[in-house]
Amino acid sequence: MSSDIMMLLIKSLGQTLYMVIISMLIASALGIPLGILLVTTAKEQILQCTTFNRILAGIINAVRSIPFIILMVAIIPFTRLVVGTSIGTTAAMVPLTIAAIPFIARQVENSIKEVPYGLIEAALSLGATPAQIIRHVLLPEALSSIISQLTTVIIGLIGASAMAGTIGGGGIGDLAIRYGYQRFRPDIMLITVIILIILVQLVQFIGNYIAFRLNKK
Amino acid sequence: MIKLSHIKKIYETPSGPLQALKDVSLTIEDGDIYGIIGLSGAGKSTLVRCINMLERPTSGTVEIDGHDLTKMNNRQLREIRKNIGMIFQQFNLLSSATVYENVAFPLKLSGTDNKIIEKKVTSLLQLVGLQPKAGQYPSQLSGGQKQRVGIARALASNPAILLCDEATSALDPQTTQSILKLIRRINEQLHLTVVIITHEMQVIKDICNKVAVIDHGVIAETGSVIKVFTEPQEAITREFISVLLSDELPSAFRNQPISPTPIEAGYLLLRLTFIGENADEPVIMRLIKEHPGIDVSILFGDLDQIQMIPYGRMIIGIKGPQAAVTAASKWLEQQDLKAEVIGYVKRHNDAVD
Ligand SMILES: Nc1ncnc2c1ncn2[C@@H]1O[C@H](COP(=O)(O)OP(=O)(O)OP(=O)(O)O)[C@@H](O)[C@H]1O
Ligand SMILES: [Mg+2]
Repeated sequence: MSSDIMMLLIKSLGQTLYMVIISMLIASALGIPLGILLVTTAKEQILQCTTFNRILAGIINAVRSIPFIILMVAIIPFTRLVVGTSIGTTAAMVPLTIAAIPFIARQVENSIKEVPYGLIEAALSLGATPAQIIRHVLLPEALSSIISQLTTVIIGLIGASAMAGTIGGGGIGDLAIRYGYQRFRPDIMLITVIILIILVQLVQFIGNYIAFRLNKK
Repeated sequence: MIKLSHIKKIYETPSGPLQALKDVSLTIEDGDIYGIIGLSGAGKSTLVRCINMLERPTSGTVEIDGHDLTKMNNRQLREIRKNIGMIFQQFNLLSSATVYENVAFPLKLSGTDNKIIEKKVTSLLQLVGLQPKAGQYPSQLSGGQKQRVGIARALASNPAILLCDEATSALDPQTTQSILKLIRRINEQLHLTVVIITHEMQVIKDICNKVAVIDHGVIAETGSVIKVFTEPQEAITREFISVLLSDELPSAFRNQPISPTPIEAGYLLLRLTFIGENADEPVIMRLIKEHPGIDVSILFGDLDQIQMIPYGRMIIGIKGPQAAVTAASKWLEQQDLKAEVIGYVKRHNDAVD
């Protein structure tokens, strides 16, 4: 294999990692709090506020129901507003982040819902504030499960990032389409597929490992 | 002092309002180990959760040392809850925290200095006998050990009250005994007021000094444990007690019709209850001596202790000339014990001595 192609692969891999990592970080920073709010503002929960809860759940469901490829195009004006351009790797991160936020929120919600209500009661009986319950009970107790769920989100993002090629995002998926498919290079196609498989396996393995280590149940 | 006045609790359920507590009033004195017993669904948990306002009563007041909790805002409630420890049937320990961290949890919530936390947690773990387990996680502990952690955690903020909701219901009888012993020790050493919710009369008998029987959201009966045990007023109370007190007649008398009037060749059965001092009196001996015309058979006997007070029960059968039997029965009723006439019963014909 020529060193040109090698360089191309490394560059594409870098773009994929860049897109996935940055959008994952930003989406987590927004999605995790939203997930917490989804649980805690529900009926008979520590921050009960059912109207807010219903609106939030509605928005999250709405965004989740938009296919990524359409979301990407639909929010082009917003993307331009945020990063100044609508094409390129950085521009691709905006729709990736937007798509990941509701995904993360729902996954975190599911994880936190698994924390037995008895633990919240015990904390309440000890005089804990809602913020303390979130910080010292809900998050630590759900952490292992949240990590597992976030692993799924990362894998989803790796998949979605392949579509980012359509708006010039680059990355491994884009390489596969442009070289492997459009330029009839089955060797490059094969290598990109292998890299993607390894990447996904690696993420899954690390995620499982951390989740396992954190689980004291 | 904990004073519940006219507590009502109505849950709104899909199938309409459900009245879990109907006008409950109770007074629990400082230093009491107060038992609340009732069948499943009677409203025990609802009642105990009203004491620390985990459940807000629909109406009525909850006063602790004269402060009405139903009038407090959330911040005041959080403050007063630090004075009311609580332990649970399912322990409710943080699975992601070690034993040490679980016990330290309430102290961390109130921003206590780490040095002080360490001292306090160490002494609490010593109190409940779990020092060697400090670094382990709850999943590595037995049920009894988990409840000890629960107790240590509940005591961390030096509460004056300890609420126990079925704290021993998930434990085997031996472990239950050791946890109850620990609770009693805490009650004595730390002068804690303890409220114990249970559906087992054994627990009440082993550790409580006062008891309330709750039935379908209503307090059926209250009083000192010895009083309620020896003179139960309500059918539901008798039912709870009967589980503990087997007073089966010997097979020769079992399932025989009991007649209120004398019958041919019948025995007069009496149930005798001795409490305290008179448990040691040789009443039967004197009965036989003073009534030489009768036969006395002891059909059942049992000696127990409630609240360290000896408590004996006996069923005897008296046979002989009717006048002598009546005189003996009269004589017994005049003695310093409780004598209750069961009735006249014949032995099974086929029974052998
Ligand atoms: N959050 C709730 N919503 C609706 N109904 C409730 C709720 N909590 C309790 N109840 C109902 O109130 C009644 C009393 O319940 P409670 O839990 O106090 O009983 P309990 O005496 O503690 O029973 P157990 O021995 O089974 O724990 C029951 O009929 C129960 O179904
Ligand atoms: Mg209950």
